[in-house]
This record gives sequence, structure tokens and C-alpha cells, in this order.
Amino acid sequence: MNAYIQLDNVGMQFNTKRGPFIALRDVDLHIQKGEFVSIIGHSGCGKSTVLNLVAGLLDATAGTLLCAGREIKGPGPDRAVVFQNHSLLPWLTCTENVLLAVEQVFGKSESKTQMLERALAALELVHLTHAKDKLPGEISGGMKQRVGIARALAMEPKALLMDEPFGALDALTRAHLQDELMSICAATQSTVIMVTHDVDEAVLLSDRIVMMTNGPSATVGEILHVDLPRPRERLQLADDAAYNHYRHEVLTFLYEKHHKTAA
Amino acid sequence: MSTLNPSAERAKAIALGIVPPIIGLGLFILLWALVSASTPTIPTPGATFVSAVELFSDPFYNKGPNDMGIGWNILASLERVAIGFGLAALIGIPLGFIIGRFRFFNDMLAPIISLLRPVSPLAWLPIGLLVLQKAEPAAIWVIFISSIWPMIINTAAGVTRVPQDYMTVARVLNLSEWKIVTRILLPATLPYVMTGVRLAIGVAWLVIVAAEMLTGGIGIGFWIWDEWNNLDVAHIIIAIFVVGIIGLLLEVLLTQLAKRFDYDAR
Repeated sequence: MNAYIQLDNVGMQFNTKRGPFIALRDVDLHIQKGEFVSIIGHSGCGKSTVLNLVAGLLDATAGTLLCAGREIKGPGPDRAVVFQNHSLLPWLTCTENVLLAVEQVFGKSESKTQMLERALAALELVHLTHAKDKLPGEISGGMKQRVGIARALAMEPKALLMDEPFGALDALTRAHLQDELMSICAATQSTVIMVTHDVDEAVLLSDRIVMMTNGPSATVGEILHVDLPRPRERLQLADDAAYNHYRHEVLTFLYEKHHKTAA
Repeated sequence: MSTLNPSAERAKAIALGIVPPIIGLGLFILLWALVSASTPTIPTPGATFVSAVELFSDPFYNKGPNDMGIGWNILASLERVAIGFGLAALIGIPLGFIIGRFRFFNDMLAPIISLLRPVSPLAWLPIGLLVLQKAEPAAIWVIFISSIWPMIINTAAGVTRVPQDYMTVARVLNLSEWKIVTRILLPATLPYVMTGVRLAIGVAWLVIVAAEMLTGGIGIGFWIWDEWNNLDVAHIIIAIFVVGIIGLLLEVLLTQLAKRFDYDAR
């Protein structure tokens, strides 16, 4: 069976001043279309490296990476990235930030009005229509992150790659954005890879959770299927036996099987 | 705890902002008065003030090329600075961009820049006179060569310090080199460019006085030299203040302009 995003025997070695450093080895990961996959692990386990490889920001030193049957060579707008620190350009308004991405993908085929409509639709999807003409410096951290998500979604990517997208936000804002992300994914049927270190976030959002062993030369430890019906409600799930079972599984992996002494 | 009401608080703050500079200025004038009392050739502050009032009552008279009002001289100097500085910006800022963006050009040009930058601007005057054959373009050449370095160096530094995050965005979005330059590098570098511009105009204004003393013609520098030959010391002191005030105004103007482009300060 051909997966939508496919990693086979992927390895990554960095050449440092102290000699070669093997960050990843033998990573096998097959992700289906429309699937939401989380990658979880202790810091330094190379989970962001996996994401950067799929994004094309890094070139794997071993193995093959495919996206929709084509080899991943460098970054491309078919794989949109949402960064932890939002990475908006501070001199462009929210609309202009989204438009910059839209123009890159649809610049050749659509008129300016059509592209502006796309940008505004993406901002509406994350409920930011009221802030469309504001500069990033004038809005809150949670709103910035939503613009970052809108920018990624507006490109209509084959895959949405999220690198700890809510890591820098406070708990309440984070919960709110997780709920929004779930409804957006349900509406757009997006394929998502999300790096996280938050167990609750992983269980709540994911169809599958990829648990990484500790680095150096980290690899996929276990993969957990989260078989909870959607739409998921965080309040109901708090007392749900299945939910707590999955949560326990991840915690066991992280703190018993692959416990990391404080770095 | 302060029992002052808000308006009294504000008055106090304003007084604290105004009083120290006034004391400083007062001490300066007192010192000047003491020096002029012991050295008869130095005019007193009062005499200088009277002379200044007379001078500025008709700044734009014109009695032939060797006797023009101080206003014309100032304008002539400002014009030279504007041309020399403008040319330097036209070449220096793009050059700084190229040096900052491409390692190869940085490695190629860095030694030359390091070698030429510490040279006193006036050392370039003979070369200017030799090549350009005339005093006027030679003075502009000196302004050009002295104000180009801060602009090259600051622009290049700005380009290399563009946050990596922005460049990652550019890579992820597959932005063209043109869009990288116009949408990311230019706006991100602008505060550094403005710093370079501010430093450059300061240097240019410093140098113009000395350059004009050597080249002659019309201009505030030559005017000072002329008044020295006339032994009109009051006029020389006035000129020093004029040069200082104009330099200060240029600095304030550019600082205000720079603030508009600094996105981190918002």
C-alpha cells in the first residue's frame, strides 16, 4: 500500500566540529492521506529533525522520503510549515503575510482579487477577520500563531507540518487553538504531522502517535493508534477510560521505557 | 509617597528635563566670558551675540562671488554634502547588500574596505583634484569617499543579521530572490541602513568644513577661513555654532526618520 507521506530507512547525520553526529537512524513512517500524526519524544530526540526532513529544510543522509509518490527534494509549498515562533514578517499586515504565501502557490493561475479572497478566507477560518489589517506586533501570541496556521492553510498544502505550534502559548490559549485546529482539520481533511512534547495534546488531536526513542541516533520507538471517535470533546474525554488509557501508554513510554535523566 | 497632584508631577518632570541643560549652557557661557576677559582677542559672549544678530539680519546678500551672506555659504555646503552623500548612498547601500548577501563578495572586498576606511577623508582630496581637475567636484568626492564606508558596513551587517526565522520562511515558501530582497531583506535591513545613513551624514558634515577650507570657493568652511584672514573671531565662533546646530538638526531628523522603519520598537 502506498502511503501519502512515506519515510523509509531515513537517517540523518550532522557533521559537527567534534565529528559526525548521528541524529536519526532507520526511521520508517508511512502516513495516510487525511491522517493526523503526532511525533512525541523528549527534547533532543530528533523529532523536529524528522519534520524538517519532510519539510525539505534538511536533506536526509540515508533512506528515502516521498510525498504523494514524489521524492522530497528541498522545501515546497505542497508541504506548509507552522513554526513554533509563528515567524510572521513584522512589516506586513496579517493579510499580507498570508497573501505572500498565497501568491507563491496561486500567483500564476489566479487574479489578485481571487488571491486576496483566498487570504481572507484563510483568516476567517482561524477567526481573525477583525485583525486582518493589523501588524503582527499589534496582536497577541495566540493570534499570531493563528495567522501562521492561516498562512499554511491558505496554500492548500498536501501536508501541514507543525513544529510545536502551541508550545509558546499559555495553557488556556493552547486549549482553544487545539479545538480550533481539530475543527479546521475536520473541515479541510488535512494531512498533518505535528511535533509536540505535550502528551494531552498528542492524544487529543492525533490518529496516531509516533513515540521517538532518545537521541543520539534516535528512531521510532512505538506507534500508538488513538481510536477515539471524532469530533472529540476535551471535557468528555477527561473522564473517558479509553482516552486515559492512551494517555497512560504515552506516559509509560516516555517515563518508564525511555526515561531521560534531566539534561 | 508623593503627595503631589498629577499636574504638579508633570511640571516637576518638565523642570527636571529643562533645568540641567540650562545650567550646563550657563556654565559654558560663563567659562567663555572668563576666557574672553583674560584673552582680549576672543570676543565676549555679548559681543558675539550682537555680531550674530547683525550677521543673520541679512543672511542672503550677494556682493559678488567673494562676499556673499552666511545663508548662501551654508546652502552651498549643504548642497555639496547632499550630492556627495547621495552618490555614496546610491553606491554604498547596494554594495553593502551584495557584500552581506554573498560570502564571496564579502571575502573579496573586506580587505580593501578595512584598508581604506581608517584613512582620513582629506587624504583623498589631492587624488580628487588630480582626477577631477576642479575644486568643486573634488570637495564632493571627499564627502563621497568619507560617507560611503558607514553605509556599506552597516548595510552589510544588517543583511547578515536578518533573523534566520525569516529566511526559513522564505525557503519554505520557495520565495524568489526578488521577493526575498523586497519582502524580507529590505525591510529587515532598513533599520541598519538608517543607522549607516545617520553615521554617514555626521561624517560628511564633519568633513565638509575642512574640505572647503582647502578648496575655497563658497561654503561654510571657506567662510570660516575667510573670516580668519579678516581676523573676525566673532564670526568664526558664530560659524562653529552654526555648524554644530546644523549637524544636530541633521542627526535629529534622521533619528526620527529611522524610528519609522524600526519594527522591533513597535
